[in-house]
Amino acid sequence: MNAALRRMSGLLSAYYAYMTAYRAELILWALANSLPFILMGAWYQAAENGGYGFSGVEVARYFLAVFVVRQLTVVWVIWEFDQDVQRGRLSQYLLQPVDPAWRYIAAHLSERVARLPFSALIIALFFLLFPPARFVPHASDLLLALVFASLAFALRFAMQYTLALFALWTERASSLEGLMFILYLVLSGAIAPLEVFPDALRAAVLWTPFPYFIWVPARLLSGGVDVDLVQAALVCLGWITLFVVLNRVVWRRGLKRHSAMGA
Amino acid sequence: MSDAGTPIIEATGLTKSFTVAQKDPGLAGALRHFFRRRTKEIRAVTEVSFTIRPGEVVGFLGANGAGKTTTLKMLTGLLHPSAGSCAVGGWQPFQRTRDFLQAITLVMGNKQQLMWDLPTVDTLKLNAAIYGVSDAEYRARVDELAAMLELSDKLTQPVRKLSLGERMKAELLAALLHGPKVLFLDEPTLGLDVNAQVAVRHFLKRYNAMTGATILMTSHYMADITALCPRVLVIHEGALVHDGGLDELMRRFGARRELKIELARAVERGALDALGEVLSVEGSVARIAVEPAQLVSVVGRALAELPVSDLTVHDPPIEEVVGRVIGKSQRANHAETGT
Repeated sequence: MNAALRRMSGLLSAYYAYMTAYRAELILWALANSLPFILMGAWYQAAENGGYGFSGVEVARYFLAVFVVRQLTVVWVIWEFDQDVQRGRLSQYLLQPVDPAWRYIAAHLSERVARLPFSALIIALFFLLFPPARFVPHASDLLLALVFASLAFALRFAMQYTLALFALWTERASSLEGLMFILYLVLSGAIAPLEVFPDALRAAVLWTPFPYFIWVPARLLSGGVDVDLVQAALVCLGWITLFVVLNRVVWRRGLKRHSAMGA
Repeated sequence: MSDAGTPIIEATGLTKSFTVAQKDPGLAGALRHFFRRRTKEIRAVTEVSFTIRPGEVVGFLGANGAGKTTTLKMLTGLLHPSAGSCAVGGWQPFQRTRDFLQAITLVMGNKQQLMWDLPTVDTLKLNAAIYGVSDAEYRARVDELAAMLELSDKLTQPVRKLSLGERMKAELLAALLHGPKVLFLDEPTLGLDVNAQVAVRHFLKRYNAMTGATILMTSHYMADITALCPRVLVIHEGALVHDGGLDELMRRFGARRELKIELARAVERGALDALGEVLSVEGSVARIAVEPAQLVSVVGRALAELPVSDLTVHDPPIEEVVGRVIGKSQRANHAETGT
């Protein structure tokens, strides 16, 4: 266990150094996730005109929370893995006694920490430009939001890394993520809070992984969500377990194929 | 791990085939390829067998595409053999057990494991964590290896700022940090200038003498092989065509030396032909292939009879040595089959 912890801390510090070497890129990545602010503008106007059950300020807070959750949960492993397979880096990773998955996890976690100051800066700027949206979440809401954001990250990572493994057959799995991204945009709450969905549709969507990526943690952060949190956590954990199991099966088969076809 | 008597690397009938997609050129070819994919089986390595004892340094020679890298990848567990078997230190490489991975390293001259934008020391710390190297061991090994590689003052510079030679030395340092017992080196001096090549060779020789590590290396530079490898394996079109001492290889296949003569003034072509096989004459510079046994007398004659302003002796290109081995093995095959 100690050896495993030491390995992970070594991976984390190396990848943190790696991420901070790309400071300028980190600002751009943080800014590239500014879609919620654009959507906020559109929905704010609509909410002010009434009819959505949200006030303009609630809409602004929701999309700000969406921005925060996206900063905490962004996953890019599928593009990284594609590149690693194509450029032969995966072969080098396979020569070392640590599963490459831990490298990708460490890279994502380190990037999160390295990105934090820039995300905070953007949020501060937003509050400066739009004072009515300023709010301090309750400690319990914040804690719950962080728990669900962590689950969201784990689920999104497990799902995307599983799709990424198909690069062991096709050398380019990122097109699969393109397909998944459409569902992600519509069903996760990234474009609109799921309250705008009809009740039956929302209830059905709650059994899929998508609302847990953004909507649940963002609503928790911006003032509470009307869902059974125990059930939400269980659904989330169920999907994580499913994708982790699937991931290991696909990994073993993919590796066999990779080592048969040329590493 | 094996003792000195038993082989540390063992390949028995090692074979690897790949299925490769075939596509005709142009739009029609692309469409046909989309709807009905044609494939062809390519055999990269055919029934290769050899054993290597602990501490041996063995050169692995062959033209591009001969099957060297494929064999190395099977021995390091990256490729699963299609037939035959191999064992390294008693482990089946393709099972990639932790103990096996701790015991080996693979350095490829055309690939890098160092993190490009970070100093070497960051990759070293990462490797120390991955391989479970203790802090004390880490410091001792880095100090020792960096001193041997004359790299101590370069470890905190970003890798991208290092010269090609320094980068290869840093790659070796990172690859050897965990003290592997078996080193697989694929073209470790590729693209390096002569000084850097000499430094890498010198290091490998000392490392082998100090640690008793086994080394199997491929190279395109004859000087690497003559400096390091008492024994060589030659592979051609996937099959092993020679396994024996380097001296024996040179004796059997009479690798010629290359004499490069710069002349102060033009001479008759006949005067050059008298020295050996004239490979080229460009301006005032002539390249002549000479049998090793005649080298001293030919050099003496050249200096005495020609207006020589400069004279150097080079190793023959590895392709020439391998070409001779291959030529001989093909002639032998044809004789056997009567073709």
